[in-house]
Amino acid sequence: MSLLQIVLRSLRQHLLSTGITAFSIALASGLLMSVWVVKDQARENFTGVDSGFDGVFGARGSKLQLVLNSIFHLEASPGNLSWEQYRLIAADRRIASAVPIAVGDNFRGYRLVGVTTNLFGIEYREGKKYAVRDGYLFNPERKQAVVGSFAAERLKWKVGDTFRPYHGLIFDENKQHPDEYVVSGIMEPSNTPADRVIWIPITGLQNMAGHDAETATDVSAVLVKLRGTSGMMMNQEINLQGNVMTFAWPIAQIMGQLFNKIAPVEMVLRAVALLVALVAAGSILASIYNSMNERRREIAILRALGARRSTIFSVVVLEASGIAALGAVAGFGVYFVIMSIAAWFIRKETGIVLNPLELQPVMAWAPLAMLGLGALAGLVPAAKAYRTDVAENLTPIS
Amino acid sequence: MLLTIENLRKSYGTPDGSVQAVVDVPVFSLDTAQQMALCGTSGSGKTTFLNLIAGILKPDAGRIELDGCAISDASEAGRDRLRARTIGYIFQTFNLLQGYTCIENVLLGMSFGPGADRRRARGLLERVGLGQRLDHFPRQLSTGQQQRVAVARALANRPKLVLADEPTGNLDPASAAESLGLIHETCLENGAALLLVSHDREVLGQFDNVRDLAEINRAAACPSAGEARS
Repeated sequence: MSLLQIVLRSLRQHLLSTGITAFSIALASGLLMSVWVVKDQARENFTGVDSGFDGVFGARGSKLQLVLNSIFHLEASPGNLSWEQYRLIAADRRIASAVPIAVGDNFRGYRLVGVTTNLFGIEYREGKKYAVRDGYLFNPERKQAVVGSFAAERLKWKVGDTFRPYHGLIFDENKQHPDEYVVSGIMEPSNTPADRVIWIPITGLQNMAGHDAETATDVSAVLVKLRGTSGMMMNQEINLQGNVMTFAWPIAQIMGQLFNKIAPVEMVLRAVALLVALVAAGSILASIYNSMNERRREIAILRALGARRSTIFSVVVLEASGIAALGAVAGFGVYFVIMSIAAWFIRKETGIVLNPLELQPVMAWAPLAMLGLGALAGLVPAAKAYRTDVAENLTPIS
Repeated sequence: MLLTIENLRKSYGTPDGSVQAVVDVPVFSLDTAQQMALCGTSGSGKTTFLNLIAGILKPDAGRIELDGCAISDASEAGRDRLRARTIGYIFQTFNLLQGYTCIENVLLGMSFGPGADRRRARGLLERVGLGQRLDHFPRQLSTGQQQRVAVARALANRPKLVLADEPTGNLDPASAAESLGLIHETCLENGAALLLVSHDREVLGQFDNVRDLAEINRAAACPSAGEARS
């Protein structure tokens, strides 16, 4: 009977405590991987999403707010630009393309964004343009809407359905507009925040019944693609020397600053996850150590049969490692459950899509770390087993 | 000679700080395949004596030579190795591992010595009448059957010496007689010497060669010595 078989018998014999301890390791390993992957993928996605634009022009204010509002469709708009300002931006020779957007309405929490049809000519990712999956693009002259795939799925909308928007960015059922819109198309999923948006003609949003007539031509922001490397110069010109508008550029850097600001929170989360891993390793130690008293006789029998102290030591360390290995494997299941829920929630709230199946370094080092911690935790009970007195524990001495 | 012992001494500290001799054997020997019973009352140091021979305990002084190897001078690992290859041990309380089936218990007896041999393990269990109980756990067996598994396990590593410590102490008279007969026979069949200790007259009556432990162990002659370890 090999050492491994002896270890397996022992694990089988203490099935309940093995199961419970392995489960705690699985939770720790799964949590560790989830925290790392959510953090890394969220940063990668938030700083990687620019919807195909280099920068955003908006009212004087926070660049971050401007980006969150116009690219991620999350924040309130810092203010408006006039149509004339939009035209000046669009006419600037350093601007390759400019797309004005207007926000201010929603349908059951899903944001309506007024936009011109040239949005659909922009590559939001290399070789990828926003496309209509079912139906057709809205007619700028009509009350028609093209709905992002996620919003359409959640609202259970199909082409031809009608709806009446609500005023404001936060859903309030008492603030419904009388205007009725028809769903003209459902968009292809883009795995970007655009999937959560109900796109309507910009004039529709500007002229929605109940909106201020004086601001009927204003826009919330202008998304731009630049020609060449003019961003630095425009940043100097608009942000540092001017006082009329804000030019949020480059988008990735602005989002990166957000993550740098919340870095301490991430560190705390990571520390908590590591602490959970240590506690789980401690549970292996406690579980096996506590069983040592009842196993002294068993160890003495093995010794009497010729097992060396080092063999007993190895059996206990291997047993602890075995529990950790079981937990580490089951940890992938826990990881997948946590990540599925987290990814669903993050997509629902932000439109950012996380991929639980994408391989990350943490998926290798976290299980290995749990295995190492398990083996380390096994050293203490193994030392106790090593010291077990055979004659004392074998049988009553006469 | 298979086993020779000279001037063997083992003492334990007592709660009052003094040292009490438990085993003090000037000379003892056992021949290859010889079967001998030692008569010893409770507290006569018989388990300590067997544990010294098995290398489980290290003597304070003296020499134990088993099959040409000085077990008393060997390191702990060396004694473990010698025990695994040369000695089979039958305990009064059987000492079967409860989480292992009958055949696994026997295989375990081979694991630290020559290596597991499933065919031999099965053959031994069939020999002791448990061919139909190979995959039973000890708790599923009667005490007599458990003792038979212990006998099979003791013989698993083809030992040259089988030590039996009150092997029938937990059995009813009928099972004890049957078990003892089995130990006799299987040791003979396997060419193993048998050294059995017991205080039971019925058991001792089945041996031609019976010696009183008090005659061998000078420490057992002193009553306080035995009581110190009972």
